[in-house]
Amino acid sequence: MNILSLFILVPVLMLLGFIPCKNIKQVRTVAVIGAVVELIMAVALLFLFYKERAIDPTSEMLFYDDSITWFKTLNIKYAIGVDGISVLMILLTSIIILTGTFASWNMNPLPKDFFMWLTLLSVGVYGFFISLDMFTMFFFYEIALIPMYLLIGLWGTGRKEYSAMKLTLMLMGGSALLIVGIIGIFYNSGIESFNFVEIAKNGGIPIEAQRWIFPMTFLGFGVLGALFPFHTWSPDGHASAPTAVSMLHAGVLMKLGGYGCFRIAMRLMPEAADELGWIFLVLTGISVVYGAFGAIAQTDLKYINAYSSVSHCGLVLFAILMVNKTALTGAVMQMLSHGLMTALFFALIGMIYGRTHTRDIRQLGGLMKIMPFLSVCYVLAGLASLGLPGLSGFVAEMTIFVGSFEHADMFHRVLTIMAVSSIVITAVYILKVVGKILYGPVIDDHHLELTDAVWYEKIATAGLIVCVAGMGMFPGWISNLIRESIPYL
Amino acid sequence: MNNIPMEACLAISTLMFFAGVYGFLSRKNMIMVLVSLELMLNAVDLNFVVFNRYLYPGQMEGMFFALFGIAIAAAETAIAIAIIINIYRNVKRIYIDENITELKH
Amino acid sequence: MNDINMSYTLILLALPFLMFLVLGLLGNKMKPLVAGVLGTLSLGVMAAVAYYTAYQYFFVVGKVGEVYQSLPVFNYEWLQFYGELKINLGIMLDPISALMLVVITTVSLMVHIYSLGYMKGERGFQRYYALLSLFTFAMLGLVVATNIFQMYIFWELVGVSSFALISFYYTKPSAVAASKKAFIVTRFADLFFLIGILIISYFAGTFDFATLTDPDAPFIGSAVGATFLGGTALSWALAFIFIGGAGKSAMMPFHIWLPDAMEGPTPASALIHAATMVVAGVFLVARLFPIYVGTTVLEIIGWVGAITAAYAAIVACAQTDIKRVLAFSTISQIAFMITSLGVSGYGGHDGLGYMASMFHLFTHAFFKALLFMGAGAVIHAVHSNEMKDMGGLRKYLPITHITFAVAVLAIAGIFPFSGFWSKDEIMAAAFHHNKAIFALLFFAACLTAFYMSRLYYRIFWYDNNKDYHHKPHEAGPTMTIPLIILAILAAFSGFVPFSKYITSDGKAFEAHIDMLVAGLSTLAAVGGIVVATLMYAKKKDAPNKFTQTFPRLYKWASDRFYFDEIWLFVTRKIIFDRISKPIAWFDRHIVDGFMDGLAYVTQAASDKIKGLQSGHIQQYIFVYLIGALSLVFIFIFFIAFLLS
Repeated sequence: MNILSLFILVPVLMLLGFIPCKNIKQVRTVAVIGAVVELIMAVALLFLFYKERAIDPTSEMLFYDDSITWFKTLNIKYAIGVDGISVLMILLTSIIILTGTFASWNMNPLPKDFFMWLTLLSVGVYGFFISLDMFTMFFFYEIALIPMYLLIGLWGTGRKEYSAMKLTLMLMGGSALLIVGIIGIFYNSGIESFNFVEIAKNGGIPIEAQRWIFPMTFLGFGVLGALFPFHTWSPDGHASAPTAVSMLHAGVLMKLGGYGCFRIAMRLMPEAADELGWIFLVLTGISVVYGAFGAIAQTDLKYINAYSSVSHCGLVLFAILMVNKTALTGAVMQMLSHGLMTALFFALIGMIYGRTHTRDIRQLGGLMKIMPFLSVCYVLAGLASLGLPGLSGFVAEMTIFVGSFEHADMFHRVLTIMAVSSIVITAVYILKVVGKILYGPVIDDHHLELTDAVWYEKIATAGLIVCVAGMGMFPGWISNLIRESIPYL
Repeated sequence: MNNIPMEACLAISTLMFFAGVYGFLSRKNMIMVLVSLELMLNAVDLNFVVFNRYLYPGQMEGMFFALFGIAIAAAETAIAIAIIINIYRNVKRIYIDENITELKH
Repeated sequence: MNDINMSYTLILLALPFLMFLVLGLLGNKMKPLVAGVLGTLSLGVMAAVAYYTAYQYFFVVGKVGEVYQSLPVFNYEWLQFYGELKINLGIMLDPISALMLVVITTVSLMVHIYSLGYMKGERGFQRYYALLSLFTFAMLGLVVATNIFQMYIFWELVGVSSFALISFYYTKPSAVAASKKAFIVTRFADLFFLIGILIISYFAGTFDFATLTDPDAPFIGSAVGATFLGGTALSWALAFIFIGGAGKSAMMPFHIWLPDAMEGPTPASALIHAATMVVAGVFLVARLFPIYVGTTVLEIIGWVGAITAAYAAIVACAQTDIKRVLAFSTISQIAFMITSLGVSGYGGHDGLGYMASMFHLFTHAFFKALLFMGAGAVIHAVHSNEMKDMGGLRKYLPITHITFAVAVLAIAGIFPFSGFWSKDEIMAAAFHHNKAIFALLFFAACLTAFYMSRLYYRIFWYDNNKDYHHKPHEAGPTMTIPLIILAILAAFSGFVPFSKYITSDGKAFEAHIDMLVAGLSTLAAVGGIVVATLMYAKKKDAPNKFTQTFPRLYKWASDRFYFDEIWLFVTRKIIFDRISKPIAWFDRHIVDGFMDGLAYVTQAASDKIKGLQSGHIQQYIFVYLIGALSLVFIFIFFIAFLLS
């Protein structure tokens, strides 16, 4: 069996393992073992990938396998394979699932069901990243989306039914566009195949077809990537979701959007991207600045973070649309970086909320004194978010900016400078939050009795911080791995 | 026997069928609705038999269909009566539209 | 040329970073004193390495022929972009970075020692030392940067360590506000720096200083060729980069963060906001000086510096918080350095301004750090920052008094103290370049002498018979020894023959004292001191009379000409209320409203259609029947029509 299929098999086994569990301890055991196994596999995959790459430096996808046919009439195959980018995304997913498991250590009520849905979601995510067949990809994409409805609707807080419905409907709307686009690609590919590597090899799609398929697929994935003006599911969805779901959703699921955009929309339809890309470039440019300004005015911690995600994910799509190697490298790095740090943010917000029972920044203050560990972690996450060198955000953003600046025309320059200016706005809202909730005098005397992080929370946050700092200090190998994966640009 | 024209038989079955339709649409009592349904089914059976007898006298397919129809009608009646009885036990009334609205939506 | 292995300089970066990690992660497990001594010892080692490096550079390996070269000691490829555009992390030694190594490690070492006493018993003592290590690491990384992007990286890091140190007393709202302000204002300026880097690196195809500082590099031509809004791309890039420097170095109008930054612990202020970090902007311009030379941008830089120098000097005269006086004095002195660069030419005696700027940077670091530490000792003794709580302290704090006096004389520019030499060179450079700038500087120099003497008299004389609740007393040796060392440096560092070592083109030249300029500036200094002596040596009515004569002027100066209010208006009223809130509203009500509207329309439509689904079986049957019958009729007629 192909090693990649293990990434689907292990979560499925976990699902089976959950069935006989009777109490939360057993559920945790299964969840942690599964997540650790996944992480080990992901790390192993990275090394195997390097080994394989040394043997076979030319193939685009390694561990390639399209021998299993699903549905013969439409030539749908279970085609899998990875390049450096997918390997990194898989690594990111496994890290976030593991830390997410620790962050939802005391899930209540129905821990078993919660973890089962979460695991099902991870099946979808892993499947998406290893698939090369667009139909299979779409299939996994939907598997990843649907559990979200239940996870938010059942275990969420606040207006959870509304948010869950909104999120699901908007993302489904995106899916509808997407499936039309995919079918369009299928019939226009000339070889009646869903395999995008094959299609790209075969010479792509005629330009007339590209003109309508490109907007469809880009928008379809863009909704998940929080493209303005289809981002409004994100603040509500994140605000209502339970901690681990927010982490996974902002950390990994939103990356599916960017990943899909660049794998399918940009890869298969470069000419249309050239022609129509400017429309989306303007939209993403707006996303970046608009999200950041939106975040300043918010008072709920999760809303702030959701808007900041809109801004950062906007930057991912922005860089993808710049269509050059450096910007694209930056885009993938930004996906990783944003995934890690936003997961960290949501984990911390969840922990703070779990103690204080409020996320309103007006009711919080002086937490540094009460919970120094969590507060320092929060400051670090904030610094990563505003792009401090040595943490992950900086390297990603700088790569994007330098890449975007390669375009010498005024249009791209102006947009780039607009996007660059977001780093100041980010600093404003991050420092506003840090100054308000962590520093200053303690506002609520009840908070004085609260305790700092316990061991499983420390594992979750410290693990993410190590990753964020590691990426920020040694970005070279990640950058090279990504660059080598896009030889066609 | 043969002097009876086919049209006469068909006229009877048509009358029966539309009587059934009328009853089905107008009656509120479920038993009566069921009776009307039977009327329609029997009209159809009659048609089968008549067409077979007059158009293809050497064959038996029409007869078979009529028999099938009778069997199905019997089964259906049994189920329907069972449902109606259950409804009656629960709500003590068997009028359509008046009290059996809980199953809606 | 580089036959001596200089890789030991790596210690300068590795050690403080390691210290930061150790103290940051394990600090809470240590006794405070252990952490402090550990930090101080490591800094001692670094200072020794830095001195040795500077010695090696200036006297052994640096000079090839008659010219000081820049030596890339170490270069590690950190992040590749495209082509030759890559960020390297490395160490480059040249005259100014060697100079900065000495300045930073010296002042940092003094601060480390001083803090052992000053910060004793503070909550978060270990954190304080960890942050000092981080700052030292970042500042050293900044000055030895081999390329402009490395500089930007460490530029941001010094910014964040400054943020963390200003907000050291994080439960104090004013400290939190000050730290936010400092970070955001400098970050705003850094934005321009970054854009400048992007522009210049696009044309140059590299970040390396080796190429960027070569005035004959081919990219200059292409960058000059491209124009935008009347300026060449090169000028825009240089102007943007200077804005970045202006933010860090607190030039107008970015100076507003520096006075507030005094909320941090005083020794940290001495290190960061007086001696080292705030001169980063000067260092930046000096680093890129070869391509600045001769551009209009440099001319503008000179004017910005001169105006800031005069402005800050006026404001400093009206402040009552002693640390704020020092903060404005810092702004003013850095403006001197900036101006000096602005009026400088390139090479030989034309580069006098460049040399003077670096010279002033060097001397200023010592006397300003000394002033801050002296002020710290005073605050330590009387527990207040306000002048009204002080007076006559010379009896209680003899060592502080003497060292402070030395620093005041140095900053005022009295022969033979260090400030005299460096400031005199600046005045001379300005005098030969532009008389208007010289006039502004001259005015600022007069005021400098005045407000520094005022400060000195208000602290140590003035109200000679003030009674204190607790009798003030001199602090322990950890605080007084650094004061004495710095006082010696402040007094004699002016005798270093700077023009031999640090010049714009690396070649030594002879700098002469211009007797006319020297006379004028000494006159200015003495004049300022005399006026201050008359007004403040004893408690008199003269100051009040003066403020009553010019109430408007005094009010404006003490309110810092309302720059803070303008900034506050822009940020709070415009950005927050006029941009951010409407966007949030727009998002919730228009964008999201549209999405909710879609859902609402769908639901309303389904409500309307729902009537068809009545649940009346008989109605369904009826409709069905009608439909079936009409189909039958249609088919029959249709077929009949076809057949006919």
